[in-house]
This record gives sequence, structure tokens and C-alpha cells, in this order.
Amino acid sequence: MEISRRETLALCLGAAVLTMMPFRANAAVEDAISAFTGGADVAEGGVTLTAPEIAENGNTVPIEVSAPGAVSIAVFAAGNPTPGVATFNFGPLAASQSAATRIRLAGTQDVIAVAKMADGSFAKASATVKVTIGGCGG
Amino acid sequence: MKFKALTAAVAIVALPVTVLADPDDDKLIINGEIEMISVTKAPEHVENLDTIYSGWHFRTDETQALQIDDFDNPAMIFVDQAADIYETVDGAAGKSCASCHDAVESFAGLHAQMPKVDPETGKLVVMEDLINECRTERMEADAWKWSGADMQGMVALIGLQSRGMPMNVAIDGPAAPYWEQGKEMYYTRYGQLELSCANCHEENYGNMIRADHLSQGMINGFPTYRLKQAKLISRHNRFRGCIRDTRAETFAEGSDEFRALELYVASRGNGLSVETPAVRQ
Amino acid sequence: MASGVKPRVKVPKTAAAGEAVTIKSLISHKMESGQRKDKEGNVIPRSIINRFTCEFNGQMVIDVTLEPAISTNPYFQFEATVPEAGEFVFTWYDDDGSVYDTKKKIEIA
Repeated sequence: MEISRRETLALCLGAAVLTMMPFRANAAVEDAISAFTGGADVAEGGVTLTAPEIAENGNTVPIEVSAPGAVSIAVFAAGNPTPGVATFNFGPLAASQSAATRIRLAGTQDVIAVAKMADGSFAKASATVKVTIGGCGG
Repeated sequence: MKFKALTAAVAIVALPVTVLADPDDDKLIINGEIEMISVTKAPEHVENLDTIYSGWHFRTDETQALQIDDFDNPAMIFVDQAADIYETVDGAAGKSCASCHDAVESFAGLHAQMPKVDPETGKLVVMEDLINECRTERMEADAWKWSGADMQGMVALIGLQSRGMPMNVAIDGPAAPYWEQGKEMYYTRYGQLELSCANCHEENYGNMIRADHLSQGMINGFPTYRLKQAKLISRHNRFRGCIRDTRAETFAEGSDEFRALELYVASRGNGLSVETPAVRQ
Repeated sequence: MASGVKPRVKVPKTAAAGEAVTIKSLISHKMESGQRKDKEGNVIPRSIINRFTCEFNGQMVIDVTLEPAISTNPYFQFEATVPEAGEFVFTWYDDDGSVYDTKKKIEIA
């Protein structure tokens, strides 16, 4: 079977649509991030998000965010029923633009930290956290 | 030859899994100063184990970290609350714990010996019994619910005074029949799944049961802050959970059966430091 | 949720002028997410701490907005600059309108 140029193009488009699919499913988190950024571009880098690769219990997952020079850092959980987690606003006496907390994750998913820098630009980092479903209930 | 090569290949593949599943080699030191005995030689009366391990060794680094600093340990807010309650008058007699007892530090050592037989009644008693006896007999206050936040906070506060001391419950003399009863329960298969305590916690500790890393089921860290429930969990509540998971009708918290099981399971940990309030998944 | 709420904060007793100190805070709170249902199938209404702030001598260190994804018994760790001797004020704001606060003094050594 020979594949024409036109067919190849159609296949590629189909593949592109397929790769787009997961992003559509994450519309809620995109909306939440846009609400924080006002729709501005978000660069990669400049933010450090520390989260466990595997969380023993999704009820209490320790995370840490850090973005030197940030005014605020918002954290989102892409797979939670509501994606917002917390927003840290740093005041003049914050010695570093970093904070640690413990969060709930409804299942394996991406955690995303978006920092608003002093110049009004935005940067982000993300991490996938696997949430295990234990064998033994409570 | 071919067979040997295959075995070797299997061994190589299997090795990392085994390494991951064993209790880890981390050292449990709390607040950078209290060195805990979290691994030690099994007591003589535990026939099928050579070494006993605290449940801490079976948890992930993130969960372990919650226990090595008292400020990071969420259980401590409930211990703080119990310290307030210790000083608070309750009941018709107008007394608090502090009305009769010295500072709570005076309970150092008690937790390491519990459960024990009351010499007057000959009955096996656990810490919850002692607390409720004080509340109803001397304070003339209402008894606390076994797994309530008040009760488990107080059990943890009293237990904390013994933290670091090795568990050392008596199993002989008047305790012997209770210990035998508890041992019998430990090796009895319960429920539709026909699982005994020993099936998981003696024969399969270190292995995974679905995504749970099985420990030896030691209770030296109880009451323990369990991330799943986000509160202090009593020993009897955990026993009940385990037996329920075998799809059995379970015994009640505060039942004589669970008192006996508590004595037996505590005795399996004789030699491990009192860890309460520990943090587990 | 106004009863049984217990704050806990860890601040060093002393610092050098201008030093950065690590602060940890914890408060007992159910953080009812609004996602759970009771035995009858009714949604248990959301009841969380929605804001936490730390100020030093009236100047802001950190101001956090909390969503239901923050775990039961909210915990925070962060760093503050201590320009002079004074007092940290920690405040938690509950959905039900309750406000809990606690204070910690720090000396310059």
C-alpha cells in the first residue's frame, strides 16, 4: 500500500489532534492558570518544584516551591476535582521566595507551580506525582 | 548450563525488587538527638523472626521525614491539646489529671510496660482502660470513646514520656494466659480471605500487598498519625482495620480479645523503642 | 470549627539582625474539601482555612491563599528576614469567619 503525500499529511494531522487530546481534558487547570497569569505567556524555568515521585498516600503529599525574585507562586493540581492548591504571596520580609506545604492529590497527576516575577513575567515548573492505592484500608 | 544462565538472568531481574522491598537501612533519630532502637534482635518468644523492625523502616523517605522532627510531625498538635486537657478540670469531682498526678513527665516508663495485668482485679488492662478508670472513678467525668481524639491524644501524650525507652511488656506470671490468647489470635486465619496476622506481618513483611509495603505490624509507634485518616489512630482501630480487610466480622475496640492481641503484638516488639506518636501512611 | 483549633509555630528565640530564619506553622483543622459525601449521599459542605498570613512588626512575610487541596492540619514552612527585635504574628482565616492567631517574639543576639 502506497501512501500519498496528501494521506501522509492527514495522518500527521490526526496524530496532532490525538496529542492535543490530553490537553483538552486539562481545560480546568489551563483556565485556572490563565486566571492567575491573565493569559500572559508562561516560560519554563526559574521555578523549582520539589515533589515526591511516588506518594504513599494522596492525602498528605509534601511539596516545596521556590522561585527567586518571584512576587507570588501559585500551585495547581491538574487532576484534582478543582485544580487550585495554594497561592503564596511573598512580602517584603520574605527571606526567600520559597515555601513548603502538604497537599491532597486525588490520583496520579501533574502538579504545576507558576511564579509571577517582579517584572510581571511568568514562569512555571511541573512534576508528575504517582499516587499509590494501598492494599490496606483504614 | 542454559538453565543456570536463565536462573542468573532471573536473579538479576529480581534483585532490584528485593532490595527495594526490604526494610531500609536509615537510622531513626528524632529532633537530631533522640536515637531510637528501630532495629534489634527479636525476643526469644518470637520464634519465627530473627530481627524486629519498626514500621518506620517500611515507609517512603517523605513519610519517614514527618517523624524525625517533632515540629514536622502533625500528631504533635494533638499531643499539645492533650497537655492542655491534662490540666483542665472535668467531671463532678472537680478534678483534672494534674489534681492527682504530678507533671505528665512522671509517667515516663509506663507505656513501655503496657498492657499489663492489674494486680487487684487480675484483668489485663491497656492505657485506654487506665485513663477511663481515672475519668469515671476519680474525676466523675464521662468515659472517652476508645478511638476519639481526646483519648488517643492522651494515650500519645503519656506514651511520649517513654519515647526512646525499649518496649518491655511482661508475658509471664498472671499475664501468661492473656499472652497465649493473643498469640492464638495472631496465628488464626480470619475472614473470607483466610488471613492471619502472621500471613502478612511475619511471612511476608517487606513484600508489597498491592501498593502497600508490608511491615512487621509492630505497635511501638501507636497511637500513630496515619496520613490516610489524618489523625491519631489507636492500636485497636488498626487491628479492626486489618481484620476487616480479611473480610471478617471483627472484634470491637476495647474488647478483651483486642486487649489480649495488643499484649501479644506489643511483646513481639519488646526491645524496640517506644515511638509514639509515629507517622505512617 | 471554632472549637478544638490549635495553632503551633516554630520560630527561633534569637537571630542576628538581618538574618534569615526558618519558620514552620501547623494548625489543627479538618479542611473539609466540599467534595465528600455523608452516609446519606449529601455533599458535606466545604469548611477550610482559606488564608494564612505571617507578619513581623506589621510588615508582611507571607500571605497564603489556601484551596481545599491543602491537607488536613495545614502545614507551612518558609523563611523570614529579621531586621530587628520584634514579634511575629501568625493569622489563620476560617471559612466560617473565625480568625485564629498566635504570636512569637524574637530577640536580636
